[in-house]
Amino acid sequence: MPDQKEKKYLKPLPHIDEETRPWWEALQRHELYIQKCRACGELRFHPRAQCTECLSPRTEWVRCSGRGKIYTFTTTYQNPLPGFRESLPYIMAWVELDEGVKMLTNVVECRPEEVKIGMPVEVVYEDVTPQVTLANFRPAR
Amino acid sequence: MSLSRKTCLVGVYEHPTRFAPDKSQFQIAAESIRGALDDCGLTIKDVDGLAMAGTGIGPMGIIGFCDYLNLNPNYVDGTQIGGSSFVAHTAHAAAAIAAGLCEVCVVAFGSTVASSRGGGAGGGGDTADQFEIPFGVTTVGAYAMIAQRHMHEYGTTSEQLAEVAVTMRLHASMNPVAKYRNPITVDDVLSSRIISSPLHLLDCCIISDGGGALVITSAERARDLKKKPVYILGTGEAMRHAGRGKRDFLDIAAAQSGKLAFERAGVTHADIDMGMIYDSFTITVVSQLENLGFCKPGEGGAFVSGGRLRFDGDFPINTDGGGLSSCHPMMRGMFLVIEATRQLRGECGPRQVRDCKIALVHGTGGALGTRHSGATLILSNQ
Repeated sequence: MPDQKEKKYLKPLPHIDEETRPWWEALQRHELYIQKCRACGELRFHPRAQCTECLSPRTEWVRCSGRGKIYTFTTTYQNPLPGFRESLPYIMAWVELDEGVKMLTNVVECRPEEVKIGMPVEVVYEDVTPQVTLANFRPAR
Repeated sequence: MSLSRKTCLVGVYEHPTRFAPDKSQFQIAAESIRGALDDCGLTIKDVDGLAMAGTGIGPMGIIGFCDYLNLNPNYVDGTQIGGSSFVAHTAHAAAAIAAGLCEVCVVAFGSTVASSRGGGAGGGGDTADQFEIPFGVTTVGAYAMIAQRHMHEYGTTSEQLAEVAVTMRLHASMNPVAKYRNPITVDDVLSSRIISSPLHLLDCCIISDGGGALVITSAERARDLKKKPVYILGTGEAMRHAGRGKRDFLDIAAAQSGKLAFERAGVTHADIDMGMIYDSFTITVVSQLENLGFCKPGEGGAFVSGGRLRFDGDFPINTDGGGLSSCHPMMRGMFLVIEATRQLRGECGPRQVRDCKIALVHGTGGALGTRHSGATLILSNQ
């Protein structure tokens, strides 16, 4: 019998594929990575099987500090999708990591009137299901 | 090889519907094709090329549409790059006709996205989705993040964005088939509710049903048709996306596609008499005008103010009322090409732009704040 008290997660879950699975598995361990090309040295996000600059498949994973700044954001007041409609308003942002790549995320533990472009933020992990952990960000402490 | 003036738009038709629960999307597309063929005096038997994209049809939908209309074209184009698709189809048709792949190409669109409440232009299945959908990305939200960044870097204001919506509504008031025709003010826009900050309800396009069709042929074939041809001078296409996480979000596809179109057309910005500039949101217009080079980066807010975009202003755009007030069935590129053609023919009545000889069409597909396409056309009646 499933646990009746288990709270159902309503928001859409990522469709994880073999190309991106290591990234999602690292999140489950509460670790944030980006990729670096072993051939030309360029960093990239999101994860892909080959470098976008030289097409080399030789890739290493670089552990991120989990710190960055808000590049741009929006506070959403209307979204009919289950899971989101219960959590309005919510803040969505592109965060530029200290390593120099941008990542889409939700800004949490932050009121809409507090969020600003350039604001330092840090990653905070949310285990939304046994299989999926999301990388959200909150104001840096 | 220059394609300039080798091909032209000879027939256009905008379906008048804005809500059609009684019709299928194929029916709206077929009715539109009939209208566009009537407009130029050709028949369906003259058509040997077909281009199509839709909101509720997959990439293979064009096969089903050929079945539906019993078409056996020699050239097909099912390019689906969002709302700009029909602008790109026009460019591809010009190249195909010039290369001899077909002689008369129809570009068609029908959508029941408002009445059926289903189907988007997206289609999903792309790798980047998994890094975005868990966070509640909406179309409005993706554009709102562009607006926020634009305001941060350049001091653009909500009042300036509102000017775009006010001008589009003025134009809609002169278009009998526009969905919303009552004039609005800047205050109306600013007092409408925030959907995704900083964008208000009236910063956002409407959702309607709709459809349309274009007929494109060679300059030679155009000579003995019903109406004065509108020549295709230059075309451009481009894509922008997160760029492996390195993108400057204020650099959009229009910068690349616009530059290509101007080079290929051999005209300058000063030659452009009016624009049809995709207005999914007010910020879309500001961002595209900057990236197309009509003003410098950061000057878009001032550029759209003071009535400059009005049909009787210095740089008229979207004289049909645009996606903000007239018609936006998730994909709007079709209507950009139609209204530009009508303006160049002088068919626009009270909203006609004076001495309109050269028009620029620019469509955006997808979302500026995540990934998108851009397609530009430069058209002339000479």
